[in-house]
Amino acid sequence: MSAFDIQENGDFRIGVFVCDCGINIAGKVNVSAVAEFAGTLPNVVVTREYKFMCSDPGQELIQNDVKEFRLNRVVVASCSPLMHEATFRRATAEAGLNQYFFQMVNIREHVSWVTENEYLATEKAKALVAAAVRRVKVHRALESKSVPVNPDVLVVGGGIAGIHAALTIANAGKKVYLVEREPTIGGHMAKFDKTFPTLDCAACILTPKMSSVKAHKNITLWTYSEIDKVDGFAGNFTVRVKRKPRYIKEEDCVGCNLCVEACIFKEGKFEDEFNVGLSKRKPIYMPFPQATPSVVLIDPETCLHFKTGKCKQKCVEVCERGAIDFNQQEEFKEINVGAIILATGFKTFDPHRISEYGYGVYPNVYTSLEIERLVNASGPTQGEVLMRDGRKPKSVAIIHCVGSRDRKTNAYCSRVCCMYSLKLAHLIKERTGAEIYNYYIDMRTPGKGYEEFYDKLLQEGVHFIRGRVAEVTNWAMVPSEEDKLIIRAEDTLIGVARRVPVDMVILSVGLEAHDDAGEVQRLFNISCSKEGWFLERHPKLAPVSTFTDGIFIAGACQGPKDIPDTVAQAGAAAAEALAMVDIGHVELEPNTANVETVMCSGCKTCISMCPFSAITFDAENWRAEFNEALCKGCGTCVVTCPTGAAQQHLYTDDEMYEEIEGVLHYV
Amino acid sequence: MSNDSQTENAQQFEPRIVAFFCNWCTYTAADLAGTSRLKYAPNVRVIRIMCSGRLDPQFVVKAFRDGADGVLIGGCHPGDCHYQEGNYKAYRRYALFQSMLKHMGIEEERFRLEWISASEGDKVQKVINEMTEQIRALGPLKLTSVPSYRAQEVQLDLAGVGVEGELL
Repeated sequence: MSAFDIQENGDFRIGVFVCDCGINIAGKVNVSAVAEFAGTLPNVVVTREYKFMCSDPGQELIQNDVKEFRLNRVVVASCSPLMHEATFRRATAEAGLNQYFFQMVNIREHVSWVTENEYLATEKAKALVAAAVRRVKVHRALESKSVPVNPDVLVVGGGIAGIHAALTIANAGKKVYLVEREPTIGGHMAKFDKTFPTLDCAACILTPKMSSVKAHKNITLWTYSEIDKVDGFAGNFTVRVKRKPRYIKEEDCVGCNLCVEACIFKEGKFEDEFNVGLSKRKPIYMPFPQATPSVVLIDPETCLHFKTGKCKQKCVEVCERGAIDFNQQEEFKEINVGAIILATGFKTFDPHRISEYGYGVYPNVYTSLEIERLVNASGPTQGEVLMRDGRKPKSVAIIHCVGSRDRKTNAYCSRVCCMYSLKLAHLIKERTGAEIYNYYIDMRTPGKGYEEFYDKLLQEGVHFIRGRVAEVTNWAMVPSEEDKLIIRAEDTLIGVARRVPVDMVILSVGLEAHDDAGEVQRLFNISCSKEGWFLERHPKLAPVSTFTDGIFIAGACQGPKDIPDTVAQAGAAAAEALAMVDIGHVELEPNTANVETVMCSGCKTCISMCPFSAITFDAENWRAEFNEALCKGCGTCVVTCPTGAAQQHLYTDDEMYEEIEGVLHYV
Repeated sequence: MSNDSQTENAQQFEPRIVAFFCNWCTYTAADLAGTSRLKYAPNVRVIRIMCSGRLDPQFVVKAFRDGADGVLIGGCHPGDCHYQEGNYKAYRRYALFQSMLKHMGIEEERFRLEWISASEGDKVQKVINEMTEQIRALGPLKLTSVPSYRAQEVQLDLAGVGVEGELL
């Protein structure tokens, strides 16, 4: 402890408040013993044990003690600072102290919940409390920094989550940038025919929202664009957006499709991404009729002009508006926003990974997403359920949990597959009258009207067989199995291994994080779960916030969820973003670095260390100059400073040494 | 708390490990280990820093000097640093300092750097248990393991640079 602080602060009067957290802490840690121990530490004038320190009475207790005992330092031993540091800082401030004359001790997540032995847990708690008591003495009075917030918001991903979030914010009068990587917004929902359990037509509820996005005066829509770079911090992000060339001048194209008709390719020849490969498209195409924006694009990989340079360019001839531009280049736009909502969605599980189900081997094995297109009135067969050989199936097996609830692939439940399998069963039964066999592990139908929908399917005569399918094979053992796909599974309700021959197999594939979720995570500096889903700040209390202030998440990029949950979450993320940008300023943690000028020798070592260029050199006075606005508070410059001139608020060398000594010398 | 467990614990050497966890990844992972109720050795005292790049080798010296038997640093995986590159700096300092510690007779198991992301609560458990066991096997840190024929000379050298009697 430096002499400087003792002089500044005079007589220390510390209060230590130890929380039981119901039995969460008290069940393992002897809380009274910890409080009693704290009372023996130098300068501690009062210690308290209370059931829930974070509650109103708990906070009042702290505030009354500050007044009664004229405390000038507060230590609270309870849960993680990531949970309640802000709460107790506020309580400290309301008691009239500087809010940074407070130190929190994590004896729940780091002690009671992770320790078997009660005695050792109590000792560990004591050590941590002792460290905090020592540390808090060298704390300095700090002011949190308030910076103005840019009121614009960026939404990344134009699926239903991004669309809903963008519209909510735009309707509140804020400017929104909606960036989508594909040529059109709509996401997965645009591919569906009906939505469960109400059997609403997906297009009927989605396309009006898509058009309002396009028409909204507060929304700047950039499709076929990706985020290239993100700088800055909550309230003031600078984002660079890469706009990929679609070789069409977006503002000139009216979506008349004359160019598509005129293309030198008379028929579509290349895999249609929107129809998941079930139909063919031309090199110049409109992703789907209701695509938003209603603008075609050219795929340079397949276009004759790009491949050979010898195309007659019929498309250019027919386009009266001259919208085709083969020389279009990648374009970068830089925008400033205050908050960012990530709604990047999911990908479906690739069933090639489960070879026993024969996807890619037997043509009549489909993924559920392919069937969504097959039953869709605007799909490749205009909604008629036809197999790849053109026949209508007379019997269909739907295999649940493909890539879900399986330790070999994904241990989690994808949440939507039971319900969409029921929906597909209903639609196929309605259109073909086929016998339908659902192979399930457990039926999971929690949700408004979901169980009722399951019951309706049972009434409709759809078969449900409980058992994980072992294999899909074409190896017939009896004549009735000839030319069929045979489903081998144990029916666990009757305890019999069964073979069921069917015409068509649908794999209800689970939801997975995008392959490049890790890159997006790094770009935006947020965290991912092990499966690649973006990590929320708190699963219950901050479900759409991330650990990075100003960045919010919505929809399936956070974890598998259905449309109602996605929309609800998108609304929540929009509200959080609005709350942030609407107030006009943001409080920043004052954990920035600073320099004690008299001690700086002007060696410039710290300058090369700073990743944010927050340190410059003042040649006149031969010393480093710190720009607090640019500093993000990592503290790496402090480590390199040979004289100790550079320090980081809240993590000064003194504070760190006190804490180290404290945890080691607590008795 | 029982007397039995106290005596039981007194019989065995319990290493003291000081851990420095970065706020964004490893500290959060340790919180996750807590909320997941993963049990691990109680020998670790976690100190929060904003970034593993804040870890000053002097903290390590200080910890060993003050009786720690091991020091653990936890940071974000390469490429995941909240401050772009603090973890790379931590790694460089760690590698350099590790080699110095080795020359001072401090076994490398006593100083460890791990990348633990916010979702890897189980890794916190694994690393802490592993490190505790390794150090338990090594025994308490002895800072005076100087060959006897050199001891006097080293003592003299150290006196010259103002370190009091112990090798560090």
